[in-house]
Amino acid sequence: MEGPAAPAQAEVPRKALDAVVIRFAGDSGDGIQLTGGQFAQATALAGNDLQTFPDFPAEIRAPTGTKFGVSAFQINFSAKPTRTSGDEPDVLVALNPAALAVNLDELTPGGLVIVDAGTFSARNLEKAGYTSNPLEDGSLAKYRKLAIDISKMTLAAVENQKLSQKEALRCKNMWTLGLVFWLYGRRRKSTTDWLEAHFKHKPELAAANIAALNAGHAFGETAELSNDIGAYQVPSAELPVGTYRNITGTEALAWGLVTGTHLAKIKMVFCSYPITPASGLLHSLARLKEYDVVTFQAEDEIAAACAAIGASYAGSLGVTSSSGPGIALKTEAIGLAIATELPIVIVNSQRAGPSTGLPTKTEQSDLYQAVFGRNADSPLVVLAANSPSDCFEVAIEAVRLATKYMTPVIILSDSYIANASEPWHIPAIDQFAHFPVRFLTDKATCKPFARDTQTLARPWIKPGTPNMEHRIGGLEKDYDTGHISYDAENHQRMTNLRFGKIDGVANDIPLQDVEQGAITGKLAVVGWGSTFGPISHAVSNARADGIEVSHIHLRHIWPLPHNLGGLLAGFEQVLVPEMNHGQLVTLLRSQYLSHAESLSKVTGKPFTVHEIEDEIRLRMEA
Amino acid sequence: MTVVALPEKLKAKDFATDQEIRWCPGCGDYAIVKAVRNALAELEVSKENTVFVSGIGCAARLPYYMATYGFHTIHGRAPAIATGIKLANPELDVWIATGDGDSLSIGGNHLLHVLRRNVNLQILLFNNEIYGLTKGQYSPTSRLGTHSPSTPLGSVERPVSAAAFALGAGAQFVARSIDTLQTHLPKMLVRAHDHRGASFVEIFQNCIVYNDGVFSDFTAKDVAAERQIHLEHGKPMFFGADSSKGIRFNAEKFELEVVEVGTGGIEEKDLLVHDETNRSLAGMLAAMESPGFPTALGVLFCRPAPTYEQAVGEQIEKAKASNKKRDLNAVLHHGYTWSIDSEHHIDTPAK
Repeated sequence: MEGPAAPAQAEVPRKALDAVVIRFAGDSGDGIQLTGGQFAQATALAGNDLQTFPDFPAEIRAPTGTKFGVSAFQINFSAKPTRTSGDEPDVLVALNPAALAVNLDELTPGGLVIVDAGTFSARNLEKAGYTSNPLEDGSLAKYRKLAIDISKMTLAAVENQKLSQKEALRCKNMWTLGLVFWLYGRRRKSTTDWLEAHFKHKPELAAANIAALNAGHAFGETAELSNDIGAYQVPSAELPVGTYRNITGTEALAWGLVTGTHLAKIKMVFCSYPITPASGLLHSLARLKEYDVVTFQAEDEIAAACAAIGASYAGSLGVTSSSGPGIALKTEAIGLAIATELPIVIVNSQRAGPSTGLPTKTEQSDLYQAVFGRNADSPLVVLAANSPSDCFEVAIEAVRLATKYMTPVIILSDSYIANASEPWHIPAIDQFAHFPVRFLTDKATCKPFARDTQTLARPWIKPGTPNMEHRIGGLEKDYDTGHISYDAENHQRMTNLRFGKIDGVANDIPLQDVEQGAITGKLAVVGWGSTFGPISHAVSNARADGIEVSHIHLRHIWPLPHNLGGLLAGFEQVLVPEMNHGQLVTLLRSQYLSHAESLSKVTGKPFTVHEIEDEIRLRMEA
Repeated sequence: MTVVALPEKLKAKDFATDQEIRWCPGCGDYAIVKAVRNALAELEVSKENTVFVSGIGCAARLPYYMATYGFHTIHGRAPAIATGIKLANPELDVWIATGDGDSLSIGGNHLLHVLRRNVNLQILLFNNEIYGLTKGQYSPTSRLGTHSPSTPLGSVERPVSAAAFALGAGAQFVARSIDTLQTHLPKMLVRAHDHRGASFVEIFQNCIVYNDGVFSDFTAKDVAAERQIHLEHGKPMFFGADSSKGIRFNAEKFELEVVEVGTGGIEEKDLLVHDETNRSLAGMLAAMESPGFPTALGVLFCRPAPTYEQAVGEQIEKAKASNKKRDLNAVLHHGYTWSIDSEHHIDTPAK
């Protein structure tokens, strides 16, 4: 049942499509992200695989109607497994002229553009930089056009709800969503449920939004849209049996960290300072207090890192999180954690830089910072998540390595992964192996810098343990006693030891596998992080055309897997697509004297599939 | 019947380590470490439950000389690290040893916030008005005109008052003492420890190498009585060799003034009575400077308030009480989920 006010789903002939990319765009106050999120939810429930990409401005409420205030949300949904949010959209929903102006160029030729004609006033056209009305001057000729006065329709739909004009117009995103739901045969229930829960204490707003949603849907049913607009159906994807949910990278990281500390049987103290796009992790964890999570909003990035170190010193796992500029501030503290050999986990949700850069746009340009970006010789472990759902396992792995090796571990995520969502096959917590931490309490062996012969990790001794009192700090320590030492030979030995310990982590991680293709050949495309989706699609498209190309994707950035050098040497060409000016490629070249070459993109947007596919074809057909 | 042997009471020397002290001979820090050990013995604290945390600087070496747990960290950040320690284990008894550069320059922000949050710990600020470990540059508490390697013509910055800063940051306990006052200083440390919340103790400390005698205008034996006032809660504010002077509030000018008791009709009842729960009074006392005024020593301000880690812990306990099952699987399954069966049938489970 859809709800009492909703008419039954009309039976219309629907044209089947394999995959569709829709981009919702409007003013940053139009509720575009919410609209997209609701469409994603309904689409997941319809059984499609999907990936979403929210793309919003740095300003919270930029002046209405301006181009820099345009917020967008793209979704790619498919009858087949999908790993990207899609290249060019097939459908553009533009709720004002600025949204049309910013996004139209990317719409695929022949694509459908749905606009709110009610917003195409002379003033709004001028703000969007139009000298004539694109709805009338033929500039939409190569697209299919559905121009509706959505504003007026919405006002009519909610007139019984006694809302102010401003409140009533806020419902136009729901009217639009209702129409798009109809076009793709989506059910409205998940959205009406959400509206009722969200506006529990404002029933008149819930009723108005539901009325707008239903009106948009009814418009689709009854408006006798021209044949070229039509109604569509994307069959459900064949996904493995199990329970699913949509998950963003931020949620997956939060839950992965909680699960990791649960498996380690330790409390988490999460210390962070707000920064885009990393703040969501603090918000997510602050709601999980009952799972032995303490969250601390520190006074600055440095304090956040230091409080995490203090927490680990006292026997919890300290975790800190930021984006590149904030990680830069934490680096001295990270050095202290390396010198005192305390476990901490540092999450970097990378964004475009340098400096403040493009705070809401994605990039993966902090690989150098993660691997090398500290004073002195200061090695640590670096992991990278390749998709929103992958963050869950990467977080668990980070907790495992940090506590086992008494070392800081950096997790590299990025703005895309943090905000994008995809369906996630929910695992059972019991399927993960426990790795309980051990605190040293035996006085006979109380040497704070004595080491495990296998891992080279020092023991973890909590303050509060009787007869084990000792002092640690950032000054160099004697190899045997752990006391301050300025001895020259000892410093050499301790430096070697710190490298040896991190190098040894390579014995504890899987050998590098090949995602697609042969383990030797003409071309390997090597990636890390969120380029996984576009590389994967590009390689499978090329392979479907008989091109012999392989895809290798790294999770362990430092130390690198033992077999990686040999693997790369087995390919005539190695291509490294990265959303930076060429960082992993430099690392691979320096480590293995590899012939790896860079494919760089730094537009603040993810690679499209064809950008990588074109490069593969260029190289293989030359 | 089993008789549990009571542990022997620890003496001051039991809090000393085997590490050779590396402060300059004659440094005021020797007197401070001695006072700290005496205070710990008097407090009968356990070694294993006590943690000294420090940043960088001469003062920051103190943890190496205390036979407790100790963490010598990075410049200015001891309050942040100590906050993390208290969040992980509120039962630990945490002391911060810091200097004027460490906590009023590079770490000023963290000092502000640890005081504002009222984390239950003790902060000992060794104020010598100079950078010692970096060889003598002026510090944020150095007086105007201080000659140093970085200010050969004299410093042109107005100094910050440590106690006034702490009061302004919302500290609920502010006390002052002098390195050489071996009876007074341990008393202040005991009071600081007894106070629940962030306790701030400014210790005037002589740097014999780079700033020798900078406080002698009020610490030298021959002037001490005339230039120091030792505050006691509920007692009138007398000072001077024969207690002939006092502090009076001039309501017309809204300021404190020094008066001679017994002259011009001034009696004891005209003097201010110290009320350590009065923040405004504490602010005025902290601002008294020689030569016009005696330097105020003792507990300037003490008004207990709920601590940060207590409030954090209460929220966690409340959250735990409202979700007794605490099944992590439930976190992963909350919100919209759907299941796919072997026939690719999709179902939305009822919540």
